[in-house]
Parts: sequence; C-alpha cells; structure tokens
Amino acid sequence: MRKAIDRSVVFLCGGATLLILLMLVIILSNITWHGMERLSWEFISQPPKQGMRAGGIFPAIYGTVLLVLLMSVAAVPFGVIVAIYFAEYAKRESRFYRWTRMAVNNLAGVPSIVFGLFGLGFFVHGIGQALDRGIYGGKLLLGQPSILWASMTMAVLTLPVVIITVEETMRAVPREYREASLALGATRLQTILRVVLPQSWSGVMTGAILAISRGAGEVAPVLFTGAAYFLPRLPSRANDQFMQLGYHIWVLATQSPDVEATKPILYSTVLVLLALTFLLNVTAMVIRKRIRSWATR
Amino acid sequence: MGDPVKIDVSDMNFFYGTTRALHGVNMKIREHYVTALIGPSGCGKSTFLRSLNRMNDLIPGARLEGKVNLDGENIYSPSMDVIGLRRRVGMIFQRSNPFPMSIYENAAYGVRVNGLTRDRLKLDEIVERTLRAAALWDEVKDRLSKSAMGLSGGQQQRLCIARALAVQPEVLLMDEPASALDPISTAKIEELIYELKENYTIVIVTHNMQQAARVSDESGFFLTGRLVEFSETKRLFTAPSNRETEDYITGRFG
Repeated sequence: MRKAIDRSVVFLCGGATLLILLMLVIILSNITWHGMERLSWEFISQPPKQGMRAGGIFPAIYGTVLLVLLMSVAAVPFGVIVAIYFAEYAKRESRFYRWTRMAVNNLAGVPSIVFGLFGLGFFVHGIGQALDRGIYGGKLLLGQPSILWASMTMAVLTLPVVIITVEETMRAVPREYREASLALGATRLQTILRVVLPQSWSGVMTGAILAISRGAGEVAPVLFTGAAYFLPRLPSRANDQFMQLGYHIWVLATQSPDVEATKPILYSTVLVLLALTFLLNVTAMVIRKRIRSWATR
Repeated sequence: MGDPVKIDVSDMNFFYGTTRALHGVNMKIREHYVTALIGPSGCGKSTFLRSLNRMNDLIPGARLEGKVNLDGENIYSPSMDVIGLRRRVGMIFQRSNPFPMSIYENAAYGVRVNGLTRDRLKLDEIVERTLRAAALWDEVKDRLSKSAMGLSGGQQQRLCIARALAVQPEVLLMDEPASALDPISTAKIEELIYELKENYTIVIVTHNMQQAARVSDESGFFLTGRLVEFSETKRLFTAPSNRETEDYITGRFG
C-alpha cells in the first residue's frame, strides 16, 4: 500500500511536469507553424500596409528594440547605484535598510498596468509638462506620450530585478577581498569600484538580462506612455511615439477591420516577438559569459 | 632593551557587542622587531592584531577602549586618518587573498589606489622591487600579466606580501600567514620575514610554536583575552615566568 502511494506520487509529479512541457511545445509549435507562413525578409523590413492587412512590422521591431535599450540605459546604472548602497553602505540592521529593501520588493510585485498609469501621471503629465512649461515656454514637446517616457516607465518596472540581482552578487564577493583592499589604504569607494564591482559584472549582466526579457514582453506600461497604434515613421527624437511588438499584437488581434485576413500576420508577429526576446536574452548571456571568462582569466 | 617603541598599546579593552574579547592589554612593540602573538584559538590574539590597523572598525558592534599609539600618536583619536593609517600599517591575512586580477595589477594595486605614481616606468620598477622583496620575482617575471589565481598557495601568499610592501608600510601585521601552506612554502615565508625585519616592524599571529620561536624577537602569550606573558622570545620559550604559558608551550593544553 505504501509502495503504491509512493509510486503514484512519482506519477503525479512527473505527469505534471510533462503537462507543462506539453503546453510549451503546443504553444511554440503552433506559433512556429502558422508564423512561418508569412515570415519573410519583407515582413521584417517593411512597415504595415493596407490597414495592417499587408506589409510588415519593421517599425514595431525597431520600436521594441529601442525601447528596451533606452530602458536598460536608465535602469541598469540606477539599479547598480542603489545596489551599491544596499550592499556596501546601508547597515543591515537599520530600519531604513529594511524599509527601503521591502519597498523594492513590493515594487517588483506591482501590476504592470499600474506602472503604465504611474508613467502617464508622473512622467508624461508631471515631469514632461513641467519641463514644457518651465523650459519650452508652454509649447507641447515633452508633455505627451513618447519613447522617452515609455522607456523611463519600463525602467521603473524593471528596476527592482536589477537592484536585487546586483545586490546579491555584490554580497557574494568574499569579505577577504574588501579587507585586503582596505588594508592597503584604499578608500571604501575605491574598494567598491576596483574590487567589488569588477567581480559583480556577471550579476549586473544577469540583472540586465532579466530586465530586458521582462521589458520586451510587457505591453501595459507603454500603453499610455508612448506606444502608437499605427506609425509607419520610425521614432527619431526622444519625444516621438513608437510602435511596439506587444502592443501591435493586441492591435492586430482586436482592432483589425478583417480579423481573418490579419491572422497570418498576427501569427508571424508573435513569432518575431518570441524570437526577438530570445535573441536579446542570448546576446546578453553571451556577453555575460565573455565577462566571466575575462574576469577570471 | 633600548630599541625604540613603534607601537605602544595601553589598557586595551575590546568588545564585540557585549562580549568582551580583550581585557586590559598592555604591550610595547619595538621597531624592527618581529613580535609573535601566540595562544589557543579564540584567545583574542587576532582581534588584538586587527585592532592595530583598525581593521576591526569594519565589524558592526565592535568597540575599543584604551590607547594604541603608533610613533606616539593615538590611532584611535577622532582626528586619525584611518586610510593613511592602513597604508602605514599593512596586513597579511591567513587565507591568501590576491585579487582576481593579473599578478602585476595585484602588486600595483596599493600604489594605484594611493595615487603614489602615475608614471608607468616607475610603477614597473615598484612592482619588480616588491616582487623581489617578497622572493617571488624569479618565479613570476615571465607571466606578470597572467591571473594571480593561477599561482600556488605559497606564491599567492608571497604575492600578498609583495602587494602589502608596495605601498611602503612601516609595520606589517601577519595573521597566521603560513597556516594554510605546505612546509616548503612555510619555510620560504619565514625566511622572508627574517629578511623583512631589516626594514619593517612585524607583528605575527601564529599557532605554530616552533615558528614563533624561530622567527620572533619578542613573544606575547594570550589566554582568554588577557596578555598573560610578554617577553623576549628566547626567555618565553625556555624559562616562562607564568605557569599557564609553560603549560601551553609544552603542549599540555591548547
């Protein structure tokens, strides 16, 4: 009897695992199968045509990549600075550390649509309009949804993951190294910059990877802060709007005048989004590996 | 005993939070002497050593009472420049801890962070001189740009010594520098200590009684946070005046 229970538990656990695998296989094969139909160089390199029933999705790819890059440029350095404070300067027992650390963890749990609304209120209407009033004499330049504010909103969303991963890696740097550096007359800052950070690059890259893969797939944060429904022109200035793959998928799926006709395009777009996320991840992973082998050479 | 005193410790009490680690320690460490600190584990000798360059400052809740005078200046006075102090009082740790950088960069680290020179040639010269002083030059001169992590344990420890020497300290604190090394590497380190005392004042913590007897001029025996006996090494090991010291060095406990 006990043996039978034991065996059925193995069966249950293994079966559940297989089910997960099966779902992934179904999703991926379905998308690949239907997506390949329309996938072509033209699809990747051309803007949408004929009310999105023909043409390609290049502006959306471009917008997504640009969004993710701008987001990383903002989120990674800022996250690293906060992580340095947490790991090196803050006293672990202090109330301030505990509360700020908890705030960061909670920030990671906020639904992304809330970030979207926050971005609209804080960046677009708050900072953007204030800058317009203060610097540009009331001309509408920054006080509107744009790639800049969308990236900043996305950066706030991905900041916790950067902070947490970098802090953990910095804490993992052995105390012996810090002591050796300080014993040589180095300041704390020198110790951080020359000893601790160089050994934490892999953590910084891991943080960036996680941020990018999260950022590339999110739609809600850019919904009100800069994503355009249809914009064949590529964004060239910070206050331009942009197309984004995730948003474009939603548009194709629900807003098309002829859903059946857009279906193949929709499939291919989903395939491109998956491939792009995968590609960004792989790139970051390759860079991380390079850094690692270079650091321990 | 007319040699000048380099470090003068008076009435040192040390606390980790509420735990008291040192009780009223007094010690005069003389210039160009090798001073050995011996005693069983947990007796406070490492704590004492680390308080000589204020390494204990890094430990939350650590607190010191009393005075530590370096050349007559109290290193615990509020006006003390701790960064400058640590440059003058270098430290070698129990576990060799070269940075994961090249051998050259390890030796040059202290010079760089202290901004002692920007001249590449001068830096090369310092690196060579300190690696020679640490008896490592001949073994590494052809692979200075290789990672220090590829060196053997003994070589790593000598690199750490070179790294400490590069900033021209006056005092070297060694926390069981050979405890993780094989006998040959240990012998090399001991030889090195003998040569270094020409130019430096050395304080060494060791578990190895023979080592203390071989390398040091004066020795202090610590037990449960107290400095039980402090005298010329020869005397401490042949005719200890204290019963506990005798029991320890003859191996009856510890």
